Amino acid sequence: MESLVYVALFAPFVGSLFAGLFFARSPKTHLVGIVASGLLALSFIASLMLAIHVAEFGAVHVTLMDWINAGDLSIPFGFLVDEVSVTMMVVVTLVSTVVHIYSIGYMDHDKGYNRFFSYLSAFVFSMLILVMSDNFAGLFIGWEGVGVCSWLLIGFWYHKADRPFEENPSISPSWAANEAFIMNRVADLGMLVGIFLIYWNIGSLQYDVVFEALPNLKDGILVAIAIALFIGAMGKSAQFPLHTWLTDAMEGPTPVSALIHAATMVTAGVFLVIRANPLFSLDAVAGVSFFIASLGAFVAFYAASMALSARDIKRIVALSTLSQLGYMFAAAGLGAYWIALFHLAAHAFFKALLFLGAGNVMHAMDDELDIFKMGGMKKVMRGSYIYMGIASVALAGLPFFAGFYSKDAIIETAFNDGSFIIWGILVITAGMTAFYSFRQVFFTFHGDERYKALGFHPHDMYKYVLVAMAPLAALAISFGWFMEDFREFITRNLPDYEMSHHTHHWAWLLGLLVIILAVTGIVIAYKKYAGTGKEAWKRDEVFEQSFIYRLVANQYYVPKFYDEFIVKPYTIASEKFWAIDKAVVDGSVDLIAKAFYKSGDVSRGMQNGNLSSYLNWMGAGALLLVVAAAISAFIG
Amino acid sequence: MEIGIGHYLILSGLLFSIGFVGVLRRKNLLMLFFATEVMLNAVNVAFAAIGNYYGDLSGQMFAFFVIAVAASEVAVGLGLLIVLYKKYGSLDLDVIATMKG
Repeated sequence: MESLVYVALFAPFVGSLFAGLFFARSPKTHLVGIVASGLLALSFIASLMLAIHVAEFGAVHVTLMDWINAGDLSIPFGFLVDEVSVTMMVVVTLVSTVVHIYSIGYMDHDKGYNRFFSYLSAFVFSMLILVMSDNFAGLFIGWEGVGVCSWLLIGFWYHKADRPFEENPSISPSWAANEAFIMNRVADLGMLVGIFLIYWNIGSLQYDVVFEALPNLKDGILVAIAIALFIGAMGKSAQFPLHTWLTDAMEGPTPVSALIHAATMVTAGVFLVIRANPLFSLDAVAGVSFFIASLGAFVAFYAASMALSARDIKRIVALSTLSQLGYMFAAAGLGAYWIALFHLAAHAFFKALLFLGAGNVMHAMDDELDIFKMGGMKKVMRGSYIYMGIASVALAGLPFFAGFYSKDAIIETAFNDGSFIIWGILVITAGMTAFYSFRQVFFTFHGDERYKALGFHPHDMYKYVLVAMAPLAALAISFGWFMEDFREFITRNLPDYEMSHHTHHWAWLLGLLVIILAVTGIVIAYKKYAGTGKEAWKRDEVFEQSFIYRLVANQYYVPKFYDEFIVKPYTIASEKFWAIDKAVVDGSVDLIAKAFYKSGDVSRGMQNGNLSSYLNWMGAGALLLVVAAAISAFIG
Repeated sequence: MEIGIGHYLILSGLLFSIGFVGVLRRKNLLMLFFATEVMLNAVNVAFAAIGNYYGDLSGQMFAFFVIAVAASEVAVGLGLLIVLYKKYGSLDLDVIATMKG
């Protein structure tokens, strides 16, 4: 089994090196894409076999080698493949494989084709390190690795020029990449502090040792560790107030958004909370856990409200990702870790599908993102239409689709917990989710063919790309059917979450309420946006001027606020410090150099080639020595 | 008045000073040579006088060494001077200075 672990882990790395070392400077070749995808598929198969093995025989724990051994500190390169990590591995490698194949088609015309695959596979490798590591240090390495890859991939089209904020809220790919990286750095500091605290108080970073020792720690320290770790999770999973980078990250190529900013990397924060469930389910940190749940519910609603008015097709999907991450945190915060993980997996499938569908639309529309300019495209893009329809139904949570089971379970959890405010927010958000996801679908695929007037000639993606998306579609439909099996499998490792008898009694009504809200949302969206001819949607200029619309459309002015009160003062301060730096630090260094220059310039005159003056200097020197000797003899 | 060690040393100091000033002030290379010879011999006087004063022969031995070394140095030095003179047509230090710092 050890070798399977290594195959699953290192196959993407090999793919990355293959693309990066041998083809970095050579022109685009499909060989790179095919090899990288093939290695990813290999990794997926290995993960699947590991999953079967884990289901039968339990967790696999391997140690590759010693990594850090200094004094009492001992951190091995160890990998733990248990129920939780193997679930993540399967999800990550499956989505990555699809995205890799998809990218062969999507990046077909891009100059950076080989580079793209190198980054993408490197990302998968880092993500696997993150989920498979058996200690916090390895987790952190993976955590930073995915951060770097995310930076590389958001800024993949780094040559695009900056545009003003009013025109494009994410300014430019390189700007967005830096924003994501820097914001994550802020959060990573919290995470590092958490890891240090763990080491100081326990003396080890191995999960099993740490989780065993946790109950013996003082409450204050436990709360500090939980808060610090959650700050890290907030950054990676883009929870308020560190959320603005995620929507801006849409500047990256769409497969990147699908893989990193929807299915895998952004769920790392949720994964961390799930992984550290022995910590977060302690009574001492109940407050922190409840805060996580509340923040999750808030973000779910907050992001959904922004998605209601967004016009950018990728931004809508990004905001829905944010909203669904909120759901996951709500579940995890309430102690329903396995439900959070279940929603994570289900979400990965349908959200990746949705993103890839949106990518098809973009590709067809020559990178046009504004849904106001689309419409009626179901005729020309039947395949993508069906996929996005499936994904949106799953996201909206209609019965028998994946999202229904997982989201309903989360809402039920909130009800069961007695947190009715969280429950209410999540229910309303479910209705909003249905509305905005179908608003997007109807805007894009139904209604008048607005794109025709603008001179676009959309065509659907390559056949093989559409075929490659099929597994995601199948899972978006059917993943929920395996909920009980999944529960049976995962609760061997995670604490089970039992609904009370009371909740069971009301469950059907709750489910019905959510379905009614979702259907209402879809119907409203249909009425408003799907009509053609006379019934067609028209822009409501008056409403667009209203305060609420502008508030939401400007993302509650949070990016503006950050720009005004953090970025600008920081820039001014940096300029001031730069001036000081130049005057003091550079100045003193320059002064030393100048002193040598000047003294050399002055003493150069001695070397005039005249023996007589040399002798004079020598005489002066000798006299000086005599005088010095005399003085020292006199004193001494 | 008896001539003692002090007189010899004063003579030696005077000679040395004369030689020293010569080294510093003279511009002609040949004159510089003379000046250095004067300084060497001033030191010889001092060696011999002090050697005698302490009743130790090594001072005088040293003086002989200095004379021998000075002689050989002069032989070599004069040879060089002749070559220099042939090359520059002068032994004036200001004329034969080539480096311009």
